[in-house]
Amino acid sequence: MIGAYEAVIGIECHVELTTATKMFCGCPNSFGGEPNTNVCPVCLGMPGALPVPNARALEAIVTTGLALGAEIPSFSKFDRKNYFYPDMPKDYQISQYDAPLTQGGSVPYRLEDGTRKACRLTRIHLEEDTGKSSHAGSGDGRIAGSSYTLLDFNRAGVPLMECVSEPDIRSAAEAVAFLESLRRTLLALGVSDVKMEEGSLRCDANVSVRPAGTAELGTKTEIKNMNSFRSVERAIESEIERQIQILTSGGRVVQETRGWDEVKGVTHSMRSKEQAHDYRYFPDPDLVPLTISREDVERLRAALPELPWQRFERYTQTFGLGEMQAEQLLDNLPLASYYDRVVSIGGNPQRASTFVLGDLSRLANERGVAVSDSKVAPEHVAELAALVEAKTINSKIAKELLARMWDGGGSPKAMVESEGLAQTSDPSAVEHFVDEVLSGNENVVADYKAGKTNVLGFLVGQVMKASRGKADPALVNELVKKKLS
Amino acid sequence: MFDERIERSAAQIAADVNAGRTSACEVAEATLAQVEAVEPRVGAYLTVLQAEARAHAARVDERVRAGERLPLAGVPLAVKDNMCLDGTRTTCGSKILEGWIAPYTATAVARMLQAGAVPIGKANCDEFAMGSSCENSALGVTRNPYDLTRVPGGSSGGSAAAVAAYEAAIGLGSDTGGSIREPGAFCNLVGFKPTYGRVSRYGLIAFASSLDQIGPLTRTVEDAALAYDAMSGHDPMDATSVDRPVESAAGSLRADLRGLRVGIVREFQTGALGAQADAIYRDAYRDLERLGAELVEVSLPTAGYGLATYYLIAPAECSSNLSRFDGVRYGLRVEGKDVREMYDRTRAAGFGPEVKRRILIGAHALSSGYYDAYYVRAQKARTLIARDFATAFASCDLIACPAASCPAFEFAAKSDPYSMYLMDFYTIPMSLAGLPALSVPCGWTTPEGGRRPMPIGLQLCAPLFAERLLLGAAHAYEQATHHAQAHPPALDEVPA
Amino acid sequence: MPADSIDVRYVAQLARIALTDEEVERFGAQLGNLLEHVNALAELDTDSVPATAQVIESHDAVRADVERPCLDREVVLAQAPQRQGGFFRVPRIIAE
Repeated sequence: MIGAYEAVIGIECHVELTTATKMFCGCPNSFGGEPNTNVCPVCLGMPGALPVPNARALEAIVTTGLALGAEIPSFSKFDRKNYFYPDMPKDYQISQYDAPLTQGGSVPYRLEDGTRKACRLTRIHLEEDTGKSSHAGSGDGRIAGSSYTLLDFNRAGVPLMECVSEPDIRSAAEAVAFLESLRRTLLALGVSDVKMEEGSLRCDANVSVRPAGTAELGTKTEIKNMNSFRSVERAIESEIERQIQILTSGGRVVQETRGWDEVKGVTHSMRSKEQAHDYRYFPDPDLVPLTISREDVERLRAALPELPWQRFERYTQTFGLGEMQAEQLLDNLPLASYYDRVVSIGGNPQRASTFVLGDLSRLANERGVAVSDSKVAPEHVAELAALVEAKTINSKIAKELLARMWDGGGSPKAMVESEGLAQTSDPSAVEHFVDEVLSGNENVVADYKAGKTNVLGFLVGQVMKASRGKADPALVNELVKKKLS
Repeated sequence: MFDERIERSAAQIAADVNAGRTSACEVAEATLAQVEAVEPRVGAYLTVLQAEARAHAARVDERVRAGERLPLAGVPLAVKDNMCLDGTRTTCGSKILEGWIAPYTATAVARMLQAGAVPIGKANCDEFAMGSSCENSALGVTRNPYDLTRVPGGSSGGSAAAVAAYEAAIGLGSDTGGSIREPGAFCNLVGFKPTYGRVSRYGLIAFASSLDQIGPLTRTVEDAALAYDAMSGHDPMDATSVDRPVESAAGSLRADLRGLRVGIVREFQTGALGAQADAIYRDAYRDLERLGAELVEVSLPTAGYGLATYYLIAPAECSSNLSRFDGVRYGLRVEGKDVREMYDRTRAAGFGPEVKRRILIGAHALSSGYYDAYYVRAQKARTLIARDFATAFASCDLIACPAASCPAFEFAAKSDPYSMYLMDFYTIPMSLAGLPALSVPCGWTTPEGGRRPMPIGLQLCAPLFAERLLLGAAHAYEQATHHAQAHPPALDEVPA
Repeated sequence: MPADSIDVRYVAQLARIALTDEEVERFGAQLGNLLEHVNALAELDTDSVPATAQVIESHDAVRADVERPCLDREVVLAQAPQRQGGFFRVPRIIAE
């Protein structure tokens, strides 16, 4: 941390679930759409309407809790959180107060230097999202200075998981690593598409600082309005710096909510004094309690997919991939599935990763088509890897074949056979090419013998050319060196 | 022209329509004529549904012609105006919803219509179902058809008055602390509140979610049973509706009470009702005995705390349920310089004093620092009251007691809020315990200074889900006593 | 024991209802009277009694994740106190 001070950070996230319908009614749960077309008496808070919970949302949160090592209680309930706001159709939000669906748990993450850490979770609970307000008349869409507000209730009632972490995080970079790990987990579970730009992942940070080595917590501020992971990092860094400056100049940090200004790169106070809301929580009498049987818990636990950190272990420990490669795969689940398929068919993990993460991914970027959507079948990648492992072809030929497979599909083995692309590993045949090149480049040979060893590459290249690329480069290298010594 | 068809019970009307002896359209026309004739005096309806009545009646006739036999064929129906009926003005008796047209239909109402009932009008009620006289309605005055200088009871006063004045054969009401049973008693009707959760609350504009139940107001117990059969049953749109099969009550009406034990509540024998009423109830209990019931004394020691319990829980729930009336999406809006001012002014203008009082006390009971002492404690008292009933029902099958603290009183007689709350003293405990209960006419008394005899109601209460037993027994009592028929409504009078 | 009085202004603010001074006084008295009666609940021994969570024992009333028809927007906005295009419109929100 910055010299004498240590930052203490907790994160609170709201995650929109990708269920087919909203939390308490059968309206579609979809992003976008013409305003106020995705509504019904329930999510509009019309007189007489009643909520009924979405079973799929309940499963999603329990699954998430299990993946993160949380406790799932046998009993849970919904409570009403009462406050007035125009985007709240009932002027209360159905949420969970003192009996949330999960308690505890933690999110593991890795720092840049490879250190493993975990941030504990306090709880995750289920609630309904509000509608969307757009403030008009101020020119910048902010509340301050606006003259009226427009409301769209399409989003009202969408299921939300609120994840609250303990203040275990110690830097802005860690906060981002935490969020990355959480995001990957939720993607792997298929419970949310966690896109900050679409609002399906929103987060606030609680930030305080204290003299390094002390245990007492400093005064914290709540930072809001961060729209990307980069924003989160910048905002937290800015806030840490601001608080340290205050303390070192003898001031006190005010407990308040602060909004991040992306353009100016600073946080600004959103409230002049901390306003305590009396939410008058009480159990929602329109809903009945939830029981979660141990059988259900075990069923959901057994159905958990491979989690990001498990996958990371598998890639780095079992497959021997580098950490960067493993991260690349973790960030792209379809690609990782594709890669896994190649390996499961028998492709050598490292060779396969070179092809998938190197050549194929490059082609994918150039052509704008995902690897998993391309014409290259995983079986054929495995086939290609086997050909290279057996030294039937060299890696240069392999690259050419990959490009051709991208454009037209097809089995590399068939192509090698029909076109006679098999490389020459027969020492006598290769030796013939070596002799040919050495005798045709006497002055280069003389340079080498005189000490310019770097011309070896040129000579090897010439042999490769003479053999039309089919000679085994390692063998060529060995033979040329032998003959020159 | 008074068409005697409209005096018939729902059972008779349905039988006539199904048999082709009369048509739903004819019944609807006769009822609408009655509405026109008596509404200026009774004021039961806030909205008369002439076009809807005719359209529904025509459809019923089509269905009957096509061979269907509908349990409520052509039965004219009053719908309390706190229940949504698609396309109709639904006001809850409040200025805040004065012009609101419901865009969907409450499940219970839909089931009644599906069974052949014909909607005649949306009935007046105390604002948001809060009240015991219908005087809290902001949109109209309803008078008791048995004495137009007196209230019909509440909050389902409009539905009760409509049925008593032959402007409907069945009235749908809602009961939270007695709002079906008390107007039933005041208007010489059967007023029946099923077990909590038996009838869907989807489309019933909520007052107190854990107490509200829809139920029928009728002239006979058999009609109440028919209505119950049609409206009740699990609804996936209401998470509090009970997933239990409904056994037909209309098919279980009894001729006597042999083998039944009826509990008389010790704590209610206080003489607080006055000599006349006491005598009437004693006669009623004796009639139950004559029908074969064994009377036993039971104790409900916590029932006396029912009012205190109710007037914390119901307001707490309603303070939250009524937050949605904020001028944003529907209903009344009074403009303000900002949203907050809009809220404050809209709700100030839109809600009447009783509604405001209950919202205030309710918010107080839930607020930080008071939640445990008020709301939680009340919910604990509620547990005790429910336990009292469970204990009592170990030694009896039914409980009998008064339905109301007095007969229908004159307008403005109970101007102090607490004196009005006392009207529900006998009905509240059953609501808190979720038990099925009804009021059935058991006699007449001329109140002090009164001009004519007013009806008195006997309340019967059964264990959870024992509607068949309850209605069956009430039917036996009714058939043996016929108290309701002793006096006709005073519809020729001009109100004072 | 809770006081027999209720801070009517504070609660009216929570409930977002503007009250006149006269109403504050009148309701204060009426609700104070009610609270006196309500305080009788303290006479009951409720220490070991569970609060009623629901009247009828039931749990897990949930629904499958299946779509149901939405309302037509014109129906929805037809009764909006104020609309602008496809939106509901309200006066400005004061930033707190």
